Amino acid sequence: MSKFRKKKKGMPAVNTAALPDIVFMLLFFFMVTTTMRETDLRIENPRLPSATEIKKLEHKSLVCTIYIGKSKDPNRDGVGYNKIQLNDKIASAEQVPAFIINARSKVSEAEVPFMTTSIKADKESNVGTITDIRLKLRDVNALKISYSTQKGSSN
Amino acid sequence: MARRENPEINAGSMADIAFLLLIFFLVTTTMNVDSGVSKKLSEKPPKDYVPPIIKEKNIFVVIINRNNELLVEDERMQINDLKDAAIKFIDNGGGIGTAGEDGSPGKPCDYCQGEKSELSSDHPNKAIISVQSDRGTEYGMYIQVQNELLRAYTELRNRLSTQKYKITFDQLEQAYGEAKKNASLKDRVEDLKNKVEFIKTAYPQIISDAEPTS
Repeated sequence: MSKFRKKKKGMPAVNTAALPDIVFMLLFFFMVTTTMRETDLRIENPRLPSATEIKKLEHKSLVCTIYIGKSKDPNRDGVGYNKIQLNDKIASAEQVPAFIINARSKVSEAEVPFMTTSIKADKESNVGTITDIRLKLRDVNALKISYSTQKGSSN
Repeated sequence: MARRENPEINAGSMADIAFLLLIFFLVTTTMNVDSGVSKKLSEKPPKDYVPPIIKEKNIFVVIINRNNELLVEDERMQINDLKDAAIKFIDNGGGIGTAGEDGSPGKPCDYCQGEKSELSSDHPNKAIISVQSDRGTEYGMYIQVQNELLRAYTELRNRLSTQKYKITFDQLEQAYGEAKKNASLKDRVEDLKNKVEFIKTAYPQIISDAEPTS
């Protein structure tokens, strides 16, 4: 009799030994898929203008990004919202063609016509700066441009 | 001494630690989808290029000055009214369109619902919107103007598409995109492509950016 009584004692606990494994698996998945921003911003994070008629940028590897905005270090780069950042340096519009050609050398020739230049400019930047860049882009035949914006609400 | 079992390491809190890390990564991961107003620049004109002569009535001039004020066709305007003014101009259809590439003569715009005024654009494919901005204009304002003009085109395209195919242009483009990816819808691709092309040529987006004044 005593043997039977022993079995009745308490509910068996659910085995949670495998729970950490599951969670770790998820954790590693997220760690691997998380991509850190590849360039540090030398300018303050641009406050993008908002628009409604926007298109998604596809093929991330074919996009080169030009940032325009206020420098984080005004003592070195000067003040104003018209600083241009290429790769991770503050540059001038004259350096844009070199930047594009350099980006082109990294993709195959067949894909060059699909390359897009994404311009991430601050709301308070001036159109003059954008135009300078646009003229330089036209010189090197980089004709596809995307002005990066937030999704705004339509009114 | 009493017989002691090998004490096990308590792994109960392991899950908590892992969850904490997991949640941290979940929160910090940003799936940033880049999106923006896309534009295609015109190619660099050759040195001896003479710009074609365009009738003034076919050009819709939008000037943005350095104080971010709008001057549309020589009148001051608020940004909210720009879309309607642009629609009125594009959709006027007062004359005949450009001649076809095969030499066929241009046709009057039979889908336009505008006033057919003599003083405004002839045909949507002749109507040019010229945006002239100052070097000192704020970029935010410039994008707003571009956006309003694009909205005008979207509205017209949607209207025509709803009339003809009973779905909006956005939906039409979406259906086309899906059909291209999906093998089972292969037979519809050609049909949808033609429809999209038709709407696009009916209302081509002709927005030109003039060199800024300084």
